Amino acid sequence: MSDWYRDFANSGFGTTITKQLGLPRPGVLRRYEPGGPLLPGTAVIGSAGEGRLRDTVSAVLKDAGVTVQSPVTADGASDGGKPAAVILDATGLSTPGDLTAAHDFLAPALKRLRPSGRVILLADPPSDAASPAQAAARQALDGLVRSIGKELREGSTANLLYVPAGAEGALASPLRFFLSGRSAYVDGQVVTLSAATLPAAEDDEKPLAGKVAVVTGAARGIGAAIAKVMARDGAHVVAVDVPASGQSLAEVANEIGGTAFQLDITADDAPQRLVEHLRERHSGGGQGCVDIVVHNAGITRDKLLVNMDAARWNSVMAVNLQAQLDITQALLDADGVLNDDARIVCVSSQSGIAGNRGQTNYAASKAGVIGMVRAWAPVFAERRATINAVAPGFIVTEMTAKMPLGTREVGSRLNSLQQGGLPVDVAETIAWLSQPGSGGVNGQTVRVCGQSLLGA
Amino acid sequence: MASNTKPTTRKAAIVGGNRIPFARSNSKYAQASNQDMLTATLDGLVARFGLQGKVLGEVVAGAVLKHSRDFNLTRESVLGSKLSATTPAYDVQQACGTGLEAAILVANKIALGQIESGIAGGVDTTSDAPLAVNDDLRRVLISLNNAKTMQDRLRALGGFRPGMLAPEIPRNAEPRTGLAMGDHAAITAKEWEIGREEQDELTVRSHHNLAAAYDRGFFDDLLTPYLGLSRDQNLRPDSSIEKLAKLNPVFGKGEGATMTAGNSTPLSDGASAVLLASDEWAEAQGLPVLAHFVDGQTAAVDYVHGGEGLLMAPVYAMPVMLARNGLTLQDFDFYEIHEAFASTVLATMKAWEDPAFCKEKLGLDAPLGSIDRSKLNVNGSSLAAGHPFAATGGRIVASLAKMLHEAGPGKRGLISICAAGGQGVVAILES
Ligand SMILES: NC(=O)c1ccc[n+]([C@@H]2O[C@H](COP(=O)([O-])OP(=O)(O)OC[C@H]3O[C@@H](n4cnc5c(N)ncnc54)[C@H](O)[C@@H]3O)[C@@H](O)[C@H]2O)c1
Repeated sequence: MSDWYRDFANSGFGTTITKQLGLPRPGVLRRYEPGGPLLPGTAVIGSAGEGRLRDTVSAVLKDAGVTVQSPVTADGASDGGKPAAVILDATGLSTPGDLTAAHDFLAPALKRLRPSGRVILLADPPSDAASPAQAAARQALDGLVRSIGKELREGSTANLLYVPAGAEGALASPLRFFLSGRSAYVDGQVVTLSAATLPAAEDDEKPLAGKVAVVTGAARGIGAAIAKVMARDGAHVVAVDVPASGQSLAEVANEIGGTAFQLDITADDAPQRLVEHLRERHSGGGQGCVDIVVHNAGITRDKLLVNMDAARWNSVMAVNLQAQLDITQALLDADGVLNDDARIVCVSSQSGIAGNRGQTNYAASKAGVIGMVRAWAPVFAERRATINAVAPGFIVTEMTAKMPLGTREVGSRLNSLQQGGLPVDVAETIAWLSQPGSGGVNGQTVRVCGQSLLGA
Repeated sequence: MASNTKPTTRKAAIVGGNRIPFARSNSKYAQASNQDMLTATLDGLVARFGLQGKVLGEVVAGAVLKHSRDFNLTRESVLGSKLSATTPAYDVQQACGTGLEAAILVANKIALGQIESGIAGGVDTTSDAPLAVNDDLRRVLISLNNAKTMQDRLRALGGFRPGMLAPEIPRNAEPRTGLAMGDHAAITAKEWEIGREEQDELTVRSHHNLAAAYDRGFFDDLLTPYLGLSRDQNLRPDSSIEKLAKLNPVFGKGEGATMTAGNSTPLSDGASAVLLASDEWAEAQGLPVLAHFVDGQTAAVDYVHGGEGLLMAPVYAMPVMLARNGLTLQDFDFYEIHEAFASTVLATMKAWEDPAFCKEKLGLDAPLGSIDRSKLNVNGSSLAAGHPFAATGGRIVASLAKMLHEAGPGKRGLISICAAGGQGVVAILES
């Protein structure tokens, strides 16, 4: 789907007009292409206080062939031209006073940041702080990163990773994600890592090689994009959707060399049938049958609460929340089905965070998903597995294409990137959370919303 | 002559199947060709079992009503599908027996070790049926084509009469008797004294059973929706004896005519396909084995001069196959008797119960006996689903294999399908 306004704003004439009128100037986002570089330029690394992550960060960058240039000085001089990424190691923060160093490093560097640049702040979580002053300094970064996100232009993003002591080894995968084009529409996010035992380095081009991934709601929209990205990254995809969507489900499965499994996830015996299907078709390889489960299927049945009948309420709850709970529980209970280091990703929504008029049922179900992954995370951690949620914002699909132009235009611009996201942006985030190397991300809800103004 | 001993071979496994919902004639699939439907059905099977780019031993399918453009129909469908283009294919045609005969062919090659895997299928459209130019017009066109000079051409065109524009429409009638199949069935119904009410009862059961099967999700892994249809269009879940009783007979004449549009199958469009393989192949692909194809038998009757009903051939095929396998008619857990007409199913069963008929016509000492009706067409059959001629065999084989699988190991199922031209095909599956 083309974004005519973004294309116009980036044309010669459009640039002049939009600048003069002070109109939004959405940038063309840098998206992941297999075989492409991690970053289209150099990176700068700075510290606030005596940090402990510089070596880890340097190693990741070196591994990816990224040149680290010396920090941009206050007068704007730099040895490597414009950086494509600015990384601040703030793990040494003790007091708010230490934040001055953050300001001194970031201000000149951001001034020279390339389009679709990446700003990444790294710090210890406030909850682990030794003193109120330290907690304050760490928490301050939350406000800082969100504001930077709003100030950046031309498709650049800013995100914050809290890295507790012991989780240093889990940093590589999140760091790569937030630097890469995979995170194009993830902006203003705060993700807290946890310590995890991770497998040896994976194939960066095919991080999901040999994995079996179940994707629900895969016949179209975001689910179809998830299935395609998972297959591109090497997974065998079991594409699930309601029997009535079977024709397009088969097309998706055939396009990606996966399999189509027609199943209404709200049927009483759906969890059992999924378990049996996985046992029948995918046992034999490793220890379990399935490595990745993406709970993407979802429906809306909008009405103001006062006018909402029980059928609307119940059907949305059944698909969006109860089925995720029941299927996940059944997979946990079934011996030898869910691999020990499995990855579960549950699709939530911006509405579950911000609420939305006419969507009490939907927002309740999507908020429930966030609570669910948080509660299940420790259980999953025990088996080296993870469970996370992804909350999409305004994603351009056939559904939104049918919205009236005005509503669509406004809806798609209400975020720092001033444009709607694409299904592939949600898919890339889910595929990243599904990687073996992402074991340090657990119980988190990552928004894919371009830093939406709603619920922020 | 049918052989009465079984050579020792391996049994072909039935891995699963796929069909598109069957549509009523000139409705949802009116714009779809045989090749479109067969290709979509193969692609649904490919998606279900992850066969993209795979080379199978062969694909065997056919259609009863074919256009001249349906030349090499199955091979062309394979080329248009997601299977490897190096999968061989050929067409078969045995009227309504096509689909089951195709399964026998594939199963036999697997049994003999000639192939490891194959697809058997069938397709038919009564909407996109071939309209032939009538013979008189054809003669004019041929001479026009052969004409060398303008004068010759004008002369040839002079032979044209407007009436020649009436196309030759294919009829669902027996070429040798000129009677519609339904009229033949009506003769048999009368002969066997098949009542209206029992036909309507069988019809209602077919609809109710099929509807319940859909509701239970039985078809979730047997069917892929097509062109906006996700259930058989002919299915009437609320069908009742009272409603059916209101219909006027359409086949047979006058007093005592019992066959209506309700208790006869409607013209329909659709396609089906079944994946068969050796156990080893299925295992290597991580695919299930629902059941095995045990045996099949075809018979034909002389309905023109021999005094036998057009659709009675399965009655003759059955005892031959049962004897060869050392089984009785009662040794089965499920029976699938194709419902061309409700009366056909009832006449077939009545014949097997009839001592005189079994002795005189089938040469048996004792009748085959009766079938436990609660095991008959338990998930509905052609009266409810519709009957795109060549697609019925594949529908039945895949559904029966799944029923047997659900019932557990060691269960047996029996298939009986009647076909135009006085032919019939029967088969045994076992889980
Ligand atoms: N599009 C957006 O902007 C947006 C924003 C936030 C969240 N989301 C969420 O993303 C997910 C995908 O959304 P989409 O826009 O692609 O929607 P969509 O309607 O295009 O696709 C949803 C798919 O889920 C399937 N599905 C519905 N009920 C099912 C059931 N009972 N069993 C199996 N499959 C079922 C549907 O058939 C459909 O193919 C949903 O969970 C949605 O709530 C979307």
